[in-house]
Amino acid sequence: MVAGPQSFAPPPMSAPPAAGESEEETVEGEYVTSPFVGTFYRAPNPSSPPFVKEGSSFESGQALCIVEAMKLMNEIEAEFSGTILEILVENGKPVEYGDKLFRVKR
Amino acid sequence: MFDKVLIANRGEIALRVLRACRELGVQTVAVHSEVDAEARHVRLADEAVCIGPPEASGSYLNVPALLAAAEITGADAVHPGYGFLSENADFAEIVGQCGLTFIGPKPDDMRAWGEKVPARALAKRLGLPLMEGSQVMTDADDAATKAEAVGYPVMLKASGGGGGRGMQIIRDSATMRKAYPRARQEAEAAFSNGDLYCERYVEEPRHIEFQVLCDGAGKVWVLGERECSIQRRHQKILEEAPSVAMSHELRMDMTATIERAMKESGYRSAGTLEFLMDEKGDLAFMEMNTRIQVEHPVTEEVTGVDLVMEQIRLAAGDEPTLTDHPELKGHAIELRINAEDPDTFVPWPGKITNYHPAGGPGIRIDDGIFTGWVVPRVYDSLVAKLIAVGPTRDIAIRRLRRAVDETLIEGIRTNLPLHRRILHDPDFVEGKLSTKFLERLAERTSIG
Repeated sequence: MVAGPQSFAPPPMSAPPAAGESEEETVEGEYVTSPFVGTFYRAPNPSSPPFVKEGSSFESGQALCIVEAMKLMNEIEAEFSGTILEILVENGKPVEYGDKLFRVKR
Repeated sequence: MFDKVLIANRGEIALRVLRACRELGVQTVAVHSEVDAEARHVRLADEAVCIGPPEASGSYLNVPALLAAAEITGADAVHPGYGFLSENADFAEIVGQCGLTFIGPKPDDMRAWGEKVPARALAKRLGLPLMEGSQVMTDADDAATKAEAVGYPVMLKASGGGGGRGMQIIRDSATMRKAYPRARQEAEAAFSNGDLYCERYVEEPRHIEFQVLCDGAGKVWVLGERECSIQRRHQKILEEAPSVAMSHELRMDMTATIERAMKESGYRSAGTLEFLMDEKGDLAFMEMNTRIQVEHPVTEEVTGVDLVMEQIRLAAGDEPTLTDHPELKGHAIELRINAEDPDTFVPWPGKITNYHPAGGPGIRIDDGIFTGWVVPRVYDSLVAKLIAVGPTRDIAIRRLRRAVDETLIEGIRTNLPLHRRILHDPDFVEGKLSTKFLERLAERTSIG
């Protein structure tokens, strides 16, 4: 979420690099982003272990996390098989559409 | 009053709502699609949430995303602006079911006024003057019979239509028989409602509308009329208040009629009743819009009433700050500045390389742009509204001419050259207006 209010100034005239473009040079892997606005959960319920940890390998179609919106638990499934390099959002925090959730390696 | 309002819209109206909230001391949540991340309403809001991709269906029309954004930010009310979900009664209802307040009318009132044929029946029951028209037609022969009873020419209309969509002029029964089946199919496809009816067609009407605020408990404020006759394909491009065509007696008369009707209806919120004025100067009800309208600033400028703020107050159950019918003072005119080619009207989005809005006495700008902003391709082409107010219509026109010359928008094309032609047109200056004005202007310009 953007904290505000921000002072109002026009953006730089040259287009900023596309998200992730500059990072890809130095940071390994690719990102799984949130397809919804909602609240990020790492486990199916508070008493269960998390779906994945850093270093976990996952299969295509496997649930990686939940984004809950309006009491609906939406399981976010992997579109390919790979390994979790980094978890980028804390459990229970709100996420926006397009927010990076995981850094992963195919 | 609310603590935090989520503004479910974009562009100038999102900024307009944000400003009203700020002045009321209410926190704001902006929502935006991926292409609107740098938009002014997003930068100026207390919080902002990206709700989806550029296409409106995935973002500004995405009900679950909007509700989730309200949930994660703890907003307690939703302002829909105009367009998008502003007249969607189901959305208003879901917002209510989620424990939030929809800043607008009750869902049932939105439904009652939202479909044209039931709205006509309701208007009739409430004593509003109506254009001679038919009930819903059953087939091509029935359509011809009903149209004949009304008297040609008629306007064939879709009950579920709006904003000028789903309408055509029919001048005889043979044409009606031919036109009916296809119009029915088109209405079915466009509005999921194939019901058609017709109304007497006035060749050169004026578009006159009345602004109301209602508290739903017996208090109704009728805030005068606006004339919005200058339209292209039923899209308004210049609006003014008051109308030169409205006598004091007719205004008083209509104010009393509308006040009675709105009291009886129990409607709560801001609303606009749209009328056609025929060649004799008689008004006939067309439709009621249950939202804030693009052209609301001209009423604000001649009444001194902040309509958006009062709309929010009414939704919060707070007393409006206006006590009596405010007097209309002076004359206000609004130009809609669209990102489009001034001659072909083709949308012309792109990057604004330089923007300098007009200023000086009597000028108000409601906009959502800045130097460096890229006008997205996927939304409405309205980029700014230029409003002038003055003690007389003549002074308002002079101020607008000056303000149009001062306005600098580079990098995209806008319809400012068209506005300049209108403002210098003798018929416009004399107030000789009708919904055919722009066609006539084009004819005059091509001859001259």
